[in-house]
Amino acid sequence: MAAISREEVAHLARLSRLAVTEQELDQFAGQLDVILQSVARVGEVAADDIPPTSHSVPLTNVYRDDVPQPSLTQDEALSGAPDAFDGRFRVPRILDEEA
Amino acid sequence: MSDLTRMSAVELAGAIKSKQVSAVEVAQAHLDRISAVDERVHAFLHVDAEGALAAAARVDKGEVTGPLAGVPVAVKDVIATKGVPTTAASKILEGWRPPYSATIYERLQAAGTVPLGKTNMDEFAMGSSTEYSAYGPTNNPWDLGRIPGGSGGGSAAALAAYEAPLAIGTDTGGSIRQPGAVTGTVGAKPTYGGTSRYGLIAFSSSLDTPGPCARNVEDAALLHSVIGGHDVRDSTSIPQPVPDVVAAARLGATGDLTGVKLGLVKEFAGDGSEAGVTAAFRESLEALVKLGAEVVEVSCPNFQYALPAYYLIAPSECSSNLARFDGVRYGLRVGDDGNRSLEEVMSLTRDAGFGPEVKRRIILGTYALSSGYYDAYYGQAQKVRTLITRDFEKAFEQVDVLVSPTTPFVAFPFGSRTSDPYQMYLADLFTIPTNLYGGPAISVPCGLSEGLPVGFQIMAPTMADDRMYRVGAALESAVGTFTPPAL
Repeated sequence: MAAISREEVAHLARLSRLAVTEQELDQFAGQLDVILQSVARVGEVAADDIPPTSHSVPLTNVYRDDVPQPSLTQDEALSGAPDAFDGRFRVPRILDEEA
Repeated sequence: MSDLTRMSAVELAGAIKSKQVSAVEVAQAHLDRISAVDERVHAFLHVDAEGALAAAARVDKGEVTGPLAGVPVAVKDVIATKGVPTTAASKILEGWRPPYSATIYERLQAAGTVPLGKTNMDEFAMGSSTEYSAYGPTNNPWDLGRIPGGSGGGSAAALAAYEAPLAIGTDTGGSIRQPGAVTGTVGAKPTYGGTSRYGLIAFSSSLDTPGPCARNVEDAALLHSVIGGHDVRDSTSIPQPVPDVVAAARLGATGDLTGVKLGLVKEFAGDGSEAGVTAAFRESLEALVKLGAEVVEVSCPNFQYALPAYYLIAPSECSSNLARFDGVRYGLRVGDDGNRSLEEVMSLTRDAGFGPEVKRRIILGTYALSSGYYDAYYGQAQKVRTLITRDFEKAFEQVDVLVSPTTPFVAFPFGSRTSDPYQMYLADLFTIPTNLYGGPAISVPCGLSEGLPVGFQIMAPTMADDRMYRVGAALESAVGTFTPPAL
């Protein structure tokens, strides 16, 4: 039985904001199924009482002193944007037209 | 002066310091070499000739000094370089010029090294062959029909093709070491947190580690010492000095390993390595024993789960990190016709801008992090990570370092592993455990199999990077270095 269906891959692509084509879906569904069946082997390990490791360096949050430091100017921060206007990032419409 | 492009970083630095040659002449020699061969090798995505010559001129004027002043370096395109194009080999960042530089790049500049340009890689550092670069693969100087490893194939190939004596790579699951192995060059992954990630375009933040690539162990150690050390701009940076890796490399080069215990991981035997890889590894191990080392078999029973755990953890982190490519703040924007919504434009941009391996990993990571699957996949993988770390800690109670082949197979022909992504993942079978643990590891050339280079991996405990340089330099003193056929 497949670990993941084509419909699930389509759903995940939507969640990931990837407008994948039908052809990509066909390709990815089979490949992701092979990969998932392989990585599912982590389930063989008895690890109920084992604490998870998110990170190899044990760290609590690291703060710097609250002293102003030089940072990017507004122009620099906008320099790579595909569209900017009046010192801001310009984006396509966010809200639907009035219904 | 002999051919400047054939000299080591140490030799070049010495010749420049003693004014036998100028830094500008050295930079020009490497730029000429790139012009002559890079059409065939394709190690570089961008060559910054003007910047290189200006940096070299500053060294010649005596404005910058240091152990690597005037030595050219090639930088993987995943490192942000202010004003110099940085794409991570992705279409989604085509033409982007960062408004700031990575800490390690600033350190390279402050040390007077001469950055030549940006090297090719698998897109966002995901891959083992550079075949996933959006700008076409890099060809292995040993055989132009074969892969140079990945993701840092461009950096490794630049070294093997004598286009640069030093290079910077990043290692998330083996992306410095495996390219080193298949190109006959040295690649070192420092302790996680020992080199700053600030300005490194993130793939998997708990694993990504920048590090040095070179043609010999001492050069790699020098580069490591220049880029390493604490950085306040990276909260995962370890606030301790880097061990004296240069002294360790020089000690190792004397060829004495008396009293050093090398651990052979029992579970790596019968691992599907090519016969020629196993043979070269075994011969090298015998050479180290002749230098006084002792070989001890150790058991790391959870290493067999490293690859599955990695391919849950890394894609999960990648699916989160790559959310920043939204067509708003930098890079590509597709389909903005004035009618489409932000969400539609974002989805079209990401589909057009990302290549297939990046998309696969984003989808896989999104799956592993979804409600209902989180505990079974991502959560379980993190527990396995703990067990792998314990395996390392237990092993290092018995031995000083662990050794293995770097990768199970020599450079493979283009196209032989792209149709089945899992076959590509197997290239990192021996390198991944170290990334999950966070310790350092180095790949040193140890022999040839069917005329292609084989790498020997040395893994050390966290913040004991010096140990791997000592053993690596000793190995190099015993087996020598390996030169590819003329291009």
